[in-house]
Amino acid sequence: MRNLFFATLIAVALAGCQTTPTEDNAAPVEDKSATASQSGAATSGASGSGVSGSSTSGGANPLRDPSNILSKRSVYFDFDSYVVRDEFKPLVEAHAKYLQSNRNARMTIQGNADERGSHEYNLALGQRRADAVKRMMTLIGATDGQVETVSFGKEKPRNQGHDEVAWAENRRDDMVYAGE
Amino acid sequence: MPRLLRRIPPFLFLALLPVFAANAQLTIEIVGGAGTTIPIAIVPFENENSYPLGITGIVGADLTRSGLFRLVDYSGVSPRPTRAEEIQPAVWRSRNADAVVAGSMRPLGDGRVEVRFGLVDVVKQTQLASMTYTVTPAQFRVTAHKIADVIYEKLTGDPGIFSTRIAYITKQGPRYQLLVADADGADPQTVVTSNEPLLSPKWSPDGTRIAYVSFENKKPVVYVQSLSTGQRIAVANFRGSNSSPAWSPDGRRLAVTLTKDGSSQIYMVNADGGTAARILTSSGIDTEAAFTPDGGSLVFTSDRGGTPQLYRASISGGNVERLTFDGDYNVSPRPLPDGKGVVFVRRASNRYQIALMDYATRQVQVLTDGPDDLSPSVAPNGKLIIYANEGGGRGILAAVSSDGRVKQRLVAPSADVREPAWGPLPRQ
Repeated sequence: MRNLFFATLIAVALAGCQTTPTEDNAAPVEDKSATASQSGAATSGASGSGVSGSSTSGGANPLRDPSNILSKRSVYFDFDSYVVRDEFKPLVEAHAKYLQSNRNARMTIQGNADERGSHEYNLALGQRRADAVKRMMTLIGATDGQVETVSFGKEKPRNQGHDEVAWAENRRDDMVYAGE
Repeated sequence: MPRLLRRIPPFLFLALLPVFAANAQLTIEIVGGAGTTIPIAIVPFENENSYPLGITGIVGADLTRSGLFRLVDYSGVSPRPTRAEEIQPAVWRSRNADAVVAGSMRPLGDGRVEVRFGLVDVVKQTQLASMTYTVTPAQFRVTAHKIADVIYEKLTGDPGIFSTRIAYITKQGPRYQLLVADADGADPQTVVTSNEPLLSPKWSPDGTRIAYVSFENKKPVVYVQSLSTGQRIAVANFRGSNSSPAWSPDGRRLAVTLTKDGSSQIYMVNADGGTAARILTSSGIDTEAAFTPDGGSLVFTSDRGGTPQLYRASISGGNVERLTFDGDYNVSPRPLPDGKGVVFVRRASNRYQIALMDYATRQVQVLTDGPDDLSPSVAPNGKLIIYANEGGGRGILAAVSSDGRVKQRLVAPSADVREPAWGPLPRQ
């Protein structure tokens, strides 16, 4: 918890960001709009390569640093799809490398679906979305034991709306590190 | 009880019960009727007005709600018949009735009441039924549903479903409840309450237990719970997700969807828990298994062909056969009790609709308009399908006859209602 508090202070100091870590499932730093996917893509290419090893030595937690791609935690999907879009591959790769460099780190990937269609099929679809990201991570260097996948199906929508914007935001994986 | 109370519908009485009754009473509206209906006169039973709840009002409401009957006015007929032998066919034919019900209620002195009724086909001039029940006033509702079942079966040839129950999930704010109510929405009872999602209630074939999925442990786990004792066991709580329970017709096993070995796949577990045996293998999603009525096959949803479609396989996992080819989303299969077809959810032009496939012809009849019709459940006589319309985030239950003609809406006052499951015929 001390680390977390410290990291928060630094994050606020450096970025002037008001976001405070919470117990919520949602990523601590997250665009609320469906265009989050676009903004994620814009930043991911630039900072993707800056992530490697030695994350604890500097004091700042890269997982909490809004300028670090590791602070991004959501991967968005197309309708009916569990294919990881190209724009999110740098993000997945960055987290995979973080897990590779931090073998004690553990992550849960929570798969979600939009509200349309069968509850049970959406539960399976959310699981496939989580598994798709996990598979990519283990290919890059994370171990199977580091990454757990769960699905909330359509049962826990982040966006409570009932339109295309809400649906796009809810077709999503969230990456949550143990202890967050 | 004061006479005034007779005018209050029975669901208001039940809503006032203090302990176990839930407040999410469903009331049923008929939104579309059959092309032809059977005209039937239901004469108030002799002595019925001594009892506030009565019987014939409920019988008439049951039959009307089925969409297959319409009530013929009995007023002015004098003397009123009180048993089958007193029904004069000519009197009723002049009112265009095809069938007439008459009966009596006689107090037995010990608090119980002898309820008799007769049913006469006034066209053929034959007596179709004559029955006697000895009951307490607390059993009048149950008795009325039984009488309606007899009338329905005699006049349509299909078993009545007025004595059955339904299960469903409600969501009010953060609170989820699994409820069980009579088929007419009366007497809702809370089975489970949780602050995490509840899903997929499924009745055991004998109606004594319900299987369901609960997220209370932060991930889906399948439970089987006794309705009489409330005791429950986790029948599937493996690594990963556990969901989509389906009872075998003998009630001894359940098909479930597990992710313990990778993606969602179908396994079999015993109804008292234990290990899981994998039934099918695909590289994609297999889920939503349902047993065929003979217990020999499973119908399920799989995306092994690229889009979610219905498949059928033997319970040993062999003879896998794709059933649906039209469209790119056909899910949630529920086999008909006669074994001749399957009800499911299809998507067409972004509308989710309830449809029925006949196995022999492979023809698909679309039964509802959508746009968000999900979670169908077939009544045990195969004639009515209950489902959830989840549009706009506030689900309501609705029902449609298997020929698509009769449509009903089941309205709860405040909750978001979803995932209905129709219970079995009660044991006689």
